[in-house]
Amino acid sequence: MNEQNRNYPEGSAFYSELRKRYLTATIWQTLFLSALVIAVVSLTALIYNVLDGAFGYVAFEYKNDPAEFTPTPIHELTKEELLVILKEGLSSGAYNKLDNEQKMEKRSQSELYILFLERLLQIDTKATWSMTDSLTRGDEIRAEVAEKYPDAELEFRSWLTPQFLTTPMSSKAEFAGVRTAVLGSLWLVGIAILFALPVGVGAAVYLQEYAPKNWLTNIIQTNINNLAGVPSIVYGMLGLAVFVRLLETLTSGAAFGVTDSNGRTVLSAGLTMGILVLPLMIINAQEAIKAVPDSLRQAAFGVGATRWQTVWYHVLPNALPGIMTGSILAISRTLGETAPLIVVGASTFISLDPDSPFSKFTALPIQIYQWTTRPQAEFHAIAASAIIVLLVLLLSLNATAILLRNRFQRRW
Amino acid sequence: MENINYAIETNDLSIHYGSFTAVKGVNMKVERQKITAIIGPSGCGKSTLLRAFNRMNDFVPGCHVTGKLLLDNQNLYGKDVDPVEVRRKIGMVFQKPNPFPKSIYENIAWGARINGFKGKMDELVEQSLRSAALWDEVKDKLQQSAYALSGGQQQRLCIARTIAIQPEIILMDEPASALDPISTLRIEELMQELKKNYTIIIVTHNMQQAARASDYTAMMMIDDQRAGGVIEFDDTKTIFTRPGDKRTEDYVTGRFG
Repeated sequence: MNEQNRNYPEGSAFYSELRKRYLTATIWQTLFLSALVIAVVSLTALIYNVLDGAFGYVAFEYKNDPAEFTPTPIHELTKEELLVILKEGLSSGAYNKLDNEQKMEKRSQSELYILFLERLLQIDTKATWSMTDSLTRGDEIRAEVAEKYPDAELEFRSWLTPQFLTTPMSSKAEFAGVRTAVLGSLWLVGIAILFALPVGVGAAVYLQEYAPKNWLTNIIQTNINNLAGVPSIVYGMLGLAVFVRLLETLTSGAAFGVTDSNGRTVLSAGLTMGILVLPLMIINAQEAIKAVPDSLRQAAFGVGATRWQTVWYHVLPNALPGIMTGSILAISRTLGETAPLIVVGASTFISLDPDSPFSKFTALPIQIYQWTTRPQAEFHAIAASAIIVLLVLLLSLNATAILLRNRFQRRW
Repeated sequence: MENINYAIETNDLSIHYGSFTAVKGVNMKVERQKITAIIGPSGCGKSTLLRAFNRMNDFVPGCHVTGKLLLDNQNLYGKDVDPVEVRRKIGMVFQKPNPFPKSIYENIAWGARINGFKGKMDELVEQSLRSAALWDEVKDKLQQSAYALSGGQQQRLCIARTIAIQPEIILMDEPASALDPISTLRIEELMQELKKNYTIIIVTHNMQQAARASDYTAMMMIDDQRAGGVIEFDDTKTIFTRPGDKRTEDYVTGRFG
């Protein structure tokens, strides 16, 4: 054994040392595992909590007895029968009003059925139960309903139905839907991305490829990084001041001949969201551009390319997957943000689809917030359903962006 | 009339990074259609000097050049000279093969296209690949990824790409240092072919390569201010057999460096 070796443990000392090293490793590994478990449990709890609210027993009564209108069981009514019933049951003024909104003959059976429930039978929800309660204490619930609401029917219901997606808002939870909110959210995402993607990528290209490295660039860079952390409500204030008030002629569409609106349009909100996600877009695009290897730029310059040709043909195509990742984050942020929309003036109740950038609008988070603040339990149930819709929408938009990214990510 | 033999001349050329002088006072006359090697220990400024020849150092923040670099009696660092034009005339092959992440065909066609090439692209691609001794290996897979080629093939593709824009001078920055001995040999053979039409300046760490392949050799060394300079420039034979400078002799005989 040579002299130097004595500085290291040998034999049993080595093994005891090794055991200590493994022990430390095990402790840390366990800590990391627990962190993962905590994360998984929290997310599972979140999803369970949402699902728990969206499904369950409902006790309801009809204010008017179905037998007064028809002898057939109401679930079996055909479109023609429903038309007759509605025509007889409703006052002619009410019927004509509905007919003017959309021809009664052209409405589907399910639409007419909902009208029948809403206008004639006047469904009245007495109580709702969560999914857990419904599954575990079914007998108790049945006994309770029989005692408290002898006339009521008890039904296990999914509040999330196809009608929920396709109907606009209503003051009755049973007939309310998220159609206007989903469309509003899609408009927001569209406008925000249309604004933030080109502006963000442009700014990133300039900062990365053209801007000289001096104090001014440093200040701008630092501020962009800081802006990414500014509370969203502040962006809401900005949107209110700039888009809603200052640029009202543009954002209300007055400059384009739209007369019946003010600055609180989906355009104002979308642009506010665009500014909100802009720092995120810039930082992501910068990172993506930075990740393009310098050897590629040199190769292009080496064959006599100008900087613009280098950026356009080589840097941007290679940075595109990273830029798409930034867009995915921006989409998620836009879908989820609530505070700026409240400030910019999202409507809490509209039943008309937003059909132009100058429409009044609402968005899913606003709708969810609105419903959860209602005292009636059935509104909490539809809020839970709306959350599911929001999550699915988020996942599908992100999935689309990821698919697009993978298409661009064609590796040579 | 003496100038006509020289492709490029430097006149007291110095390269600075901010206040630090990396390469100092280089005076070199590079002969046309010859291979000139630049050798020297690591960090002596060989690559910096080579990159100064086609203004690739322009992209390094804080880097500036003093003195003159003359191509056809025109100072390439003159105010009215566009660096893009310089790089069009003086092509470059880099240390690590860096083909574009595109097809083999497109690797050659792109440079031609952005420079406004008006001839028949297919012919240019074939001719360039033939000149780079790569045609027979890739002629059936021109639309395949350049990344599917071996390192040596990629480097020859990079040479073909450079030839395609028909430069006057080709700079090579240790073009074989990332390659195996067989690929290295092929690159050296290729250089001998290319010098019939082009002037080649090559930076190399490999003494045998310089001795085997080059006609002239410039020996670079740093001084006590850490600034590199050409201490000896002569035909390769002289440098390797009867060097005038003791430091060159020590270096080429492997006594240091």
